[in-house]
Amino acid sequence: MSAPTMTPSRQAARAGRGSFADALRAEWTKFRTVRGWVIGMTVAALLTVLLGWLAAEGSNFSCQTPAGPCHLVHPVGPGGEAVTDAFYFVHRPLARAGSITARVTSLTGLLPAVSPGGRIRAGQGPQAGLHPGLEPWSKGGIIVKAGTRQGAAYAAMMVTARHGVRMQYDFTGDIAGLPGTATAASPRWLRLTRAGDTITGYDSADGRHWTEVGTVTLAGLPATVQAGLFATSPAASVTTAQGLVGMSDTGGPTLATTVLDDVAVRGAPPGPWAASQIGGGPSAADPVQGGRYRRSGGTFTVTGSGDIAPEPPGGAGSGQDIAQTLAGAFAGLIAAVVVAVMFVTAEYRRGLIRTTFAASPHRGRVLAAKAVVIGAVTFAAGLIAAVVAVPLNSHLLRAHGGYLYPVPALTQARLMAGTAAMLAVAAVLALALGAAIRRSAVAVTVVIVAIVLPYLVAVTNVLPVGAGQWLLRLAPAAAFAVQQTIPDYPQVSNVCTAAGGCYPLAPWAGFAVLCAWAAAALALAAFLLRRRDA
Amino acid sequence: MRTVPGTAWLLLAVVAATVAVSAAAAAATRCPAAGCGQDPARASLTGVYLGQAAVAVLAVLAVGGEYSTGMIRVTLAAMPRRGAVLTAKAAVVTGLVLAAGAVAVLGSVLAGRLILPGHGFTPAHGFAALSLGGAPVLRAAAGSVLYLALIGLLSLGAAVAVRDSAVAVGAVLGLLYLFPVVAAVVHDPQWHRHLEQLAPMTAGLDIQATTGLRALPLTPWQGLGVLAAWAAAALLAGGLLLRLRDA
Repeated sequence: MSAPTMTPSRQAARAGRGSFADALRAEWTKFRTVRGWVIGMTVAALLTVLLGWLAAEGSNFSCQTPAGPCHLVHPVGPGGEAVTDAFYFVHRPLARAGSITARVTSLTGLLPAVSPGGRIRAGQGPQAGLHPGLEPWSKGGIIVKAGTRQGAAYAAMMVTARHGVRMQYDFTGDIAGLPGTATAASPRWLRLTRAGDTITGYDSADGRHWTEVGTVTLAGLPATVQAGLFATSPAASVTTAQGLVGMSDTGGPTLATTVLDDVAVRGAPPGPWAASQIGGGPSAADPVQGGRYRRSGGTFTVTGSGDIAPEPPGGAGSGQDIAQTLAGAFAGLIAAVVVAVMFVTAEYRRGLIRTTFAASPHRGRVLAAKAVVIGAVTFAAGLIAAVVAVPLNSHLLRAHGGYLYPVPALTQARLMAGTAAMLAVAAVLALALGAAIRRSAVAVTVVIVAIVLPYLVAVTNVLPVGAGQWLLRLAPAAAFAVQQTIPDYPQVSNVCTAAGGCYPLAPWAGFAVLCAWAAAALALAAFLLRRRDA
Repeated sequence: MRTVPGTAWLLLAVVAATVAVSAAAAAATRCPAAGCGQDPARASLTGVYLGQAAVAVLAVLAVGGEYSTGMIRVTLAAMPRRGAVLTAKAAVVTGLVLAAGAVAVLGSVLAGRLILPGHGFTPAHGFAALSLGGAPVLRAAAGSVLYLALIGLLSLGAAVAVRDSAVAVGAVLGLLYLFPVVAAVVHDPQWHRHLEQLAPMTAGLDIQATTGLRALPLTPWQGLGVLAAWAAAALLAGGLLLRLRDA
């Protein structure tokens, strides 16, 4: 830029005076002494807490049946996550060493009839309005489970409708085996062997050549577990109307029927088979059709309904996502963006920027100092707000009869820190755009439109799901992925929508998208600052 | 206003943003079978969501610009009747937004008319081609133009009331965009309905609905009325504060 005209000693003195620390201190003093900005940032924190509080206050989760208030059962898996555990189980006790083998010759099912409008027709009887068909994750096979309690540890080998043979364990584990489904012409042999806490799954297409699918350790299995045959089929979900009214997921119970023969159990004391309906009943969160089984000779026909799987984000379950307690972060975001933009445009308006640049001629350094100050202040305000809002609003939601899905402490920490970091980076983005555009109203609008509008459009289903997903991958709004608290498992059919708390990118990947936008904006602002007169 | 360089750009932005987003939304909407529950008029007017942001900036800068440069003192010295100043500004903003909005909405309807039949919105699926001849579509299109004008007035009122363009535009966009976000997490159906009836954007955009009118919490014109009430309240507050305060 400018040729060095100063003597070396003066240059050194200047470098010392205009160091980054000084610029930082100057910007912090500026921020601290403008009352409006401090108030704005306080408002941002307050709005974050208050809107979530209002939403929690305005919620009511009372569950009523004709017989009176009901108490839903929310099973939790061995990993502490919310699960669906509903299936029909034909079982016998199994000792510490043993195995179960079976041949699956058929997997068929019944689906609710869907009217042309997308609605599932309500049936009059248990079988009314059903027609043959399977959900992609309808399943049947063999299972070894710690007990008949919902949420108990398990490992299972199964034939699925569309995903081939799978070994699944403890709700979250899923390993692929042989492809294709089972028919009488092309059956599938399945085997589970137990050695203490270790369960190994095998599959075979001919009953002679076996392939190991996976070995899993189920810590703390009791000496005697239940081993047997099962069938289950998740509720059908149909996506209907869109618009600001929101998408409605109309689910209906489905049924899967599997036929197994050549059943052999080793390591089981002699005795009859027992049959249990796991889950279902009036306390079930999800609708479940009654299961049954029939035995003729060595052939078992097992019919079941429900699912053995983790609860997906925004699924049909009746629980709430803890990220809802931070719904107010939007309001906080808008307030923080306004303050961040003014932090730089106010200097342009008053002409103070000329003084600033005269005192600290390295313009990139001034911009960096401003970015650090606004980022740190916003992060602090956001973190305080999040740390208050999450426990307070969770407590309120529970007090109103809501059930919050259990979330590991680390994920909760990520939710709070991630939300604060998102606000901070959004403020830096706003600051950079404010410096680049120099007109506060335009800069504020650009940032809000880039962050809030894509989320809003995706959350309220103004756009079709696919288009909304792309917006949440590319726009700065992708950062809301840090608020996803429940992972989206591939072994559960689930429409991943932002309304359900499910984002197309991994939490920190989404955050990185916002960081990339902020970095690009900072680079642009630094370039323009250097090029332009103040 | 004619001489401020940003105005022409912003009017262009209103039209470009509205038409571009509308066309993109129409291109992303599919109707695979009869009775797919889609609203073709609403889909092809989606761009209003973005266009209104440009309208808000335009209206806010119409006064915010004067406050930031101190020009407002000159204006008020020349026109001591402050109510008349506000009325004049409101008239100019309304006229500009109505003109730009009409162009934007016509462009959006045209894009929808060209794109949607290729995506399953065919007579076989129960959809006639989008045309302003049909009363509901005409109401949706004209209502969208009025919606944009009311957003302009709301923003103008807010800008006069808070006297800072950044705060004003933040407040207006917050008002518009936050209601639906909060409504999405409120689980009490009654509260949810009240929020949708109160929210300026949700209620105001009811004017775009041409199908499923019975499921709406308000009739289309009532919805636009809610937004008109918000705009009137903002203008009233702005007018009162303008009269009471020093510039």
